Amino acid sequence: MKLKAVMFAIAFTGLAVGAVAAADEPQVVRQALMKKVGGAMGALAAVGKGEKPYDAAVVTASLTTISESSKAFPDQFPVGSETGLETEASPKIWETPDDFKAKALKLGADADALLAAVPADQAAVGEALGVLGGNCGGCHQAYRLKK
Amino acid sequence: MGQKLRRLVSSLVVFGAVAAVAAWFLTKPEPWPASHWEGLGEPDVANGALVFSAGGCVSCHAAPGATGDAKLVLAGGLPLKSPFGTFHVPNISPDETAGVGGWTLAEFGNAMTRGVGKKGEHLYPSFPYGSYARMTAKDVNDLFGYLKTLPKSANVAPSHDLPFPFNIRLSLGGWKLLFFTDKPRVTVDTSDPKIARGQYLVEGPGHCGECHTPRNPLGGFETGMWLAGAPNPEGEGRIPNITPGSKSIGQWSAGDIANYLETGFTPDFDSVGGSMVEVQQNMAKLPASDREAIAAYLKAVPAQE
Repeated sequence: MKLKAVMFAIAFTGLAVGAVAAADEPQVVRQALMKKVGGAMGALAAVGKGEKPYDAAVVTASLTTISESSKAFPDQFPVGSETGLETEASPKIWETPDDFKAKALKLGADADALLAAVPADQAAVGEALGVLGGNCGGCHQAYRLKK
Repeated sequence: MGQKLRRLVSSLVVFGAVAAVAAWFLTKPEPWPASHWEGLGEPDVANGALVFSAGGCVSCHAAPGATGDAKLVLAGGLPLKSPFGTFHVPNISPDETAGVGGWTLAEFGNAMTRGVGKKGEHLYPSFPYGSYARMTAKDVNDLFGYLKTLPKSANVAPSHDLPFPFNIRLSLGGWKLLFFTDKPRVTVDTSDPKIARGQYLVEGPGHCGECHTPRNPLGGFETGMWLAGAPNPEGEGRIPNITPGSKSIGQWSAGDIANYLETGFTPDFDSVGGSMVEVQQNMAKLPASDREAIAAYLKAVPAQE
């Protein structure tokens, strides 16, 4: 009985350590960054489509999230992280890294430009979504594989 | 004995000749009768532009790597790798010699909907005439009218690079006999005009099934697997299942699907990727009612696991 408990504890600790290690892997980090960008785009879209009332704080926070996440993003593709952990990264990222990085940083630059003059109403947020959204497909077309 | 053998040989020759004639008859190129393309009048170029977007012609026919307005120069040349060899997309700009500028509507229409080229030859189904077969003569006429308004290109695309036996065009007649059909791919409730329109767009000009339906080793669609998803013909990754049985897209509402086709965003704000980016950009150019029709049809097709 006691032995079982000890073994369970060891197994559980092992699992927990494994989970912590996995959270540091670049594949996991970059997926989390993209989820943050997606969440922020969702918050902006709710405002842009009029599903939620205009709130300058939400717009600013979302744009900040997009700016910071997209700037950190291209650094999460070290050699050795090409496969595994459900990555959908295309091998082209490592073939043309400069173009890949430029595309990621363009999203950050677009978000910064909007932060410099925060969209002031629903219509302006809708326009901003068009500007930001073009970056998603523009980069995913070349550098993301759907599984 | 000698007489028996002679009789056997001669009956074999007769049988062979009959079989060859029958095979030719069953597999010969079959354009529409001329009347199919007559009396259509002046093309509606605005509708032709919409058909052009629905069909996504630029995705294959623009010069490789072209961007912006240069994409409207349908110079061809893009290599399409397949298990049967490499196809090269032809020039369909209105140039009189390199493109389709010298073609009649009947020649263009028979290529589009019957897979029959200008010289009466079978075309390879890398050009998705197996889908376009469902297009109305009016849409084909309008599309042809629109193509003629685009810039000319004198580019001559390389010929297909196919190993034997796939380089024998005559064999395509057999392929057509097995797989070519202009019948509906699935049974849906076409009394609902929205679903009927969606079926036309998806199974016809949109040619969605060409990538989203798995194929057998001969390149025909697997039966009973319509839109069930398939390996990516370009190599890596998978083309998703888009039926109601899909683990991901099956959960989307019709509104989610229409919104995805308009904006490129999934319900949880993931975004479109790969070859679908260009498809989505074309779908965004259609009227909202057409995107809603596509969504209604995709919710109505049989679920595939």
